[in-house]
Amino acid sequence: MSDSFNLEIVNPEKLFLSLDNVSEVVVPAFEGDMGILKDHISIISFLKPGIVKVFTGNEVKELYVEDGIIEFSENSLSILTSRIIDIKEIKKDDLSSMINEANEALKDENLDDQKRFIASQKIDVLNRLN
Amino acid sequence: MASLDDLKKRITSVKSTQKITKAMKMVAAAKLRKAQESAEKGRPYSEKMYNIILNLSKNINDKENAPKLLAGSGKDNVHLCVVMTSDRGLCGGFNSNITKKAKSYFKKILDSGKELKIATVGSKGFDQLKRAYKEHIIENISFKESKNVNYFDADKVGKMIIEKFEKGEFDVCTIFFNKFKNVITQIPQKQQIIPLKSDKSENKNDVMNYEFEPEEDEILNNLLPKNISTQIFKAMLENSASEQGSRMSAMDNATRNAGEMVEKLTIEYNRSRQAAITKELIEIISGAESL
Repeated sequence: MSDSFNLEIVNPEKLFLSLDNVSEVVVPAFEGDMGILKDHISIISFLKPGIVKVFTGNEVKELYVEDGIIEFSENSLSILTSRIIDIKEIKKDDLSSMINEANEALKDENLDDQKRFIASQKIDVLNRLN
Repeated sequence: MASLDDLKKRITSVKSTQKITKAMKMVAAAKLRKAQESAEKGRPYSEKMYNIILNLSKNINDKENAPKLLAGSGKDNVHLCVVMTSDRGLCGGFNSNITKKAKSYFKKILDSGKELKIATVGSKGFDQLKRAYKEHIIENISFKESKNVNYFDADKVGKMIIEKFEKGEFDVCTIFFNKFKNVITQIPQKQQIIPLKSDKSENKNDVMNYEFEPEEDEILNNLLPKNISTQIFKAMLENSASEQGSRMSAMDNATRNAGEMVEKLTIEYNRSRQAAITKELIEIISGAESL
């Protein structure tokens, strides 16, 4: 297909996903969701906790990411993230423990605004999944 | 000369040692495969991270206001050395290779009159360094409990380093670890992580013009701490593969040596047994002759 591009998702442990027929990717960029199509301008941005949507043909893959950096250049998109989970594989128990973890983090009074924002964002997204 | 009984005991003892080293070799070989795999799988992440940072730092025009993690604190008076070793011994020269490299670097720092601080990751490095450099060691981290290398452990170390840097406790940070080349060769490495040093040549002119969202420095501020954890994680992965490789070849050698030992002892045992029989025969014969 002519209007598709490459996608690579890596986490510290391994190459999580590598596709070469992606038509669109929606990422939860720090300043708002961002849809990336072919021939997007080269961009570097970072992610907040949220859902990455990968469109290949008629299929949609949804992945939960905790944080990360994206880099798009010459029709190849790389997503680097420390934690990524396929939504279909997420378990209820894990979800609640992750929510608890974020809630704990929020209790810290010395948290700076950015971290506070990220933690509350995380709770938001996880609650929606729950 | 040792008696026959003593020889027999020694042979059994060497044989059981051989059994142990053989088993350890097998275990190391199995673990090595896993560790090697994860070291190789982990490489794309750190490479990509490095490339992005390289691109970013080239796009920063105002070098003076660049984040401190990238540009350094402007001084190089206090050096922090993170020495990464294993938690277990019996792996040949693995740990001493790292500490040897680290020690020669410590000497260089101290000779030039700079202050030295040491953080050890892994208990073996701490054991080897505490005798000579006890007053310099400020931190000793060990991950004995975690079975496999994982990112969260690396992140802990990274956060500790950054916290100390932000408090101004040191100016330059260097990590020491073993890079895994193959089972018999592991190369001790020294890598400077603060300020970030690009070891590749600077004349890469094909830098892309990127769009940044948010601004460059904000991304860099977010990215650089992550990069430190990533580099540490990479070092930990390389280290664990090296450790298993080193242990495997050390145990292989030990097994072979034990085999040689058993052979030698067996020959000695047989000879003395033979000598005893001959002696007995001579006694009987000479006894019979005298009648």
